[in-house]
Parts: sequence; C-alpha cells; structure tokens
Amino acid sequence: MATAAFRRPGTLRPPRILLVWLLCLLVTLAAAQELVAIPPLQTRVTDLTGTLSAERIAALDAQLRAFEERKGVQIAVLMVRSTRPEAIEQYALRVVEQWKLGRRKVDDGALLLVAKDDRAVRIEVGYGIEGTLSDVVARRIIDETITPRFRQGDFYAGIASGIDQVMRVVDGEPLPAAQRRARGTANDIGQSWPFLFVMALFLGGVARQMFGRLPGAVVVGGLLGVGAWLVVGTLAIAGVAGLAGFLVTLLGIGMGGHGGTYGHHRGGGWPGAGGGGFRGGGGGFGGGGASGRW
Amino acid sequence: MRIVLQALLAALLLALTGCGYNEFQRLDEQTKSAWSEVLNQYQRRADLIPNVVATVKGETNFEQETLTKVVEARAKATSIQATPELVNNPEAFQKFQAAQGELSGALSRLLVVSENYPQLKANQAFQDLRAQLEGTENRITVARGRFVKAVQDYNVLTRSFPTNLTAMLFSYPVKQNFTVADEKSLATPPKVDFGGPAPAASR
Repeated sequence: MATAAFRRPGTLRPPRILLVWLLCLLVTLAAAQELVAIPPLQTRVTDLTGTLSAERIAALDAQLRAFEERKGVQIAVLMVRSTRPEAIEQYALRVVEQWKLGRRKVDDGALLLVAKDDRAVRIEVGYGIEGTLSDVVARRIIDETITPRFRQGDFYAGIASGIDQVMRVVDGEPLPAAQRRARGTANDIGQSWPFLFVMALFLGGVARQMFGRLPGAVVVGGLLGVGAWLVVGTLAIAGVAGLAGFLVTLLGIGMGGHGGTYGHHRGGGWPGAGGGGFRGGGGGFGGGGASGRW
Repeated sequence: MRIVLQALLAALLLALTGCGYNEFQRLDEQTKSAWSEVLNQYQRRADLIPNVVATVKGETNFEQETLTKVVEARAKATSIQATPELVNNPEAFQKFQAAQGELSGALSRLLVVSENYPQLKANQAFQDLRAQLEGTENRITVARGRFVKAVQDYNVLTRSFPTNLTAMLFSYPVKQNFTVADEKSLATPPKVDFGGPAPAASR
C-alpha cells in the first residue's frame, strides 16, 4: 500500500492474490493437519496403537457382535494415541457423529474411546441409552473398573471389563427387539438388486418368446418375486422385485436400458470390508457419557 | 381472467418453492429446535445446582465466597426468561448468554476449589453430582455447537442470492449467533472435566 507510485493493477494484483491464496491454502492445510483423523468404521474394535493382540481384538469383537445380535445395541471400541489438539470429548463426539453407532431413531450406540498417550478415556453414550447408562454410571464404570486396570498397564483387562459392565448396564434398558438391524437387510438388497435386474432382463427375453408377452411377464414376475424372497427374506421387497420383473418383461425393456441402473446400487461401502463389514446404524448422540483419566 | 389469476397463483407457489421458501421453514425450525436443546441443557444444569450447593454446604468451612457466587449466578441466569423467541432479540440473547457464562465460570471455580476438600472428594454423592454436572457441561457444549451450525445454515440461506429475495419478502432476518466476545467468556470450556485444571490437587 505504501508504494502508491507503483499502482499498476495489472502487475501488482496477481502476485498478491496468489500470495493470499497460498496463505489460505497453508492455513487450510495446517487446520486439516491439526485435528486427529477419524478412522473408518470397519470393525467394532479399532486399535490404532497396536496395544491389543489380534486374538484379543477378535475376542472383544465377537463379544460385542453377540451383544448386538441379541440386544440390538451397537458398542464400539476405539484406541488412539492422542486426540490432541482436541479434548477427548470433542474428538469422541466427532467420531460418533461420523460412525453413527446405534440404530436409527433408537439411538442405542455407545463408544469406548481410549487416548493412550493422553491417558484419557471416555464412554460416549447415545441418546437412546442415556437413561440407564447415565453420566454417573458411565463415570463409575470408568473410575472403578477401567482406570484402575489401565493404571496397572493392563489395557485389555480394562477394556474388556469396561465393556462388560456397559453391556450389563444396557441390558437393563427395554429397547426394541434386535432382529431387524443385526441382519443388515439394506446391505443385502443393495447387493442383490443388479443380479435380480439382469435375471429379469434375461428371463424376460426368454419367457416372452416362449409364452408370449403377458403370460411371460407373469411367469418372470413370479419367479423373481420368489427368488428375491429367498435371497432377502422380506416379503415387501420380494413383491417389489416381482412387480419390477413383470413390468420389465411386459414392456419389453431390452438390454439397452440398463445403463442408468447400475450407477447407484451401492452408496458407500467401507474399503476392504467384505461380508463381515460393520457399519453404524444411524444412531444419534448428544454428548452424554463421562470421561476419566488415569 | 379467473384462469389467468389461478395460473399466476400457481406460478407464484412454484416460484416460492424454487426460491427456498420451504427451505426457510425447515432451517428456521431447525434453529429453533437446536436452541431449545441449548435451553434444555442450561435448565438441566440449573436444576442440578441446588443439590450441589446443598452437598457442598455440608462441608464445614467451605469457601463461602465461591458458594455464594454460584448461588447468585444461578439466580441471575434463571431470572431471565428463556423462551425460544430469545434468539430473535439480540439484546436479550446477549444478556442471557452473559448470565449463563457467569454461571459456568462460578461453577467451574466451585469444582476446582472442591478439590481441596478431601472429605468432598471422598463423598460419593458429591462425586456423582460432579459427574452429572460435567456431563451437562459437555452436553451444553454440544448443543451450542449444533445451534451455531444450524444458525449458520439458516444465515447462509438468508444471504445467498436468489433466496435472499425470499428472505426480504417474508422477512426472515439474519439470526443471532454466539458472538466472539461471548465466546471468550463462555466457550473457553468451563474446565470442570475430571479436575483437569487442578492436576496438582487431584493426586
């Protein structure tokens, strides 16, 4: 600004804008680096510190899985080195907002977060189980069960007995039955849609030639409905599939029509998560729970 | 003539949807519910304080000054009627925030001071209250964060181009958010958490 004599916009501006842009870029990069990244949710027990052995992680995972299948409540464990610069509460909230543990609308998720180097632990509790797993109860579990074992350096025992306590407490809460969510129906349908669609096209073509247009459509619709029922196990979905097969055959949509259908048959799967993948059910959190240090 | 009028009306309705009228309804409602959650959590905190004060009073020779400050701050904070409409009144909003901020400060001081009383530390009832208080502080932080986000969404809509005309037409003004001055006194997180601010006293 002091060099008013040098005010030729053409020469002066671009570098300055570039400078500002660079500065902004730097700030964003710095900001991005500051916060600890949230790992993708792949299993119920995520240990980024390498503290727990594979067998023990598997054991914990099996325990939590069994509990979810029985009760419907999703509990996850996350171990990180540090949550700095955030407090453990802030990081925990970011994690659960991304992971969405617990069933949608039931909001029955819980997270046990351990920041090993910060020597901090937190139990984050979903809205739906705040009643039984209240702040006080969570605090007592941390103070009486988890941190004494952590102090002795036994992380596995602390976590295992901690989640054991959590499960025992949550067991007392009356919640909707577990069946629906545990199977992961949405996932199964998502995977079988393209298969059903191709089958409809193929069968449709054959059946139309064999039986004629309308009877062929009825046959294909019926076959697809039964097929979908066997694969997915939900009557409503089977009905939709059957109807789709019927219409596809009746209207004689050829193989050319499949272009748009394939694009969006799956939302976003976790990388590397095959059939045993674990994902949050869409539960909500509001900052309930308790933290502790050792 | 009638048909033309009807067609115009239909076009207007369509335009309203296109100009974000419904979006305004949605976001306005969202800020309201987010604000209600903030109030809800403040209320929860105010409800907890009498128990805390009663428990601390049982401790002989507890610092009277700290205690009276909490009681006074609570009285001040609860004297302001916390209605959802508060958001639309900048002055009252500011006052309310200041009062709640004062209470946060007084409370955190109380918890820090309580670390110096071994009897209180051993008192299970007080420790439970403390856990509840900390949990509530955390929920307040979360609720405030979500309110800030909701207001931001709403304000962006109010200010961006085609929708700002809708906002003008139906008078959807920019909403108050937590201001920077506020943040300083308030959102420096009341460090009640696990006696963090007084590590020397805690063990």
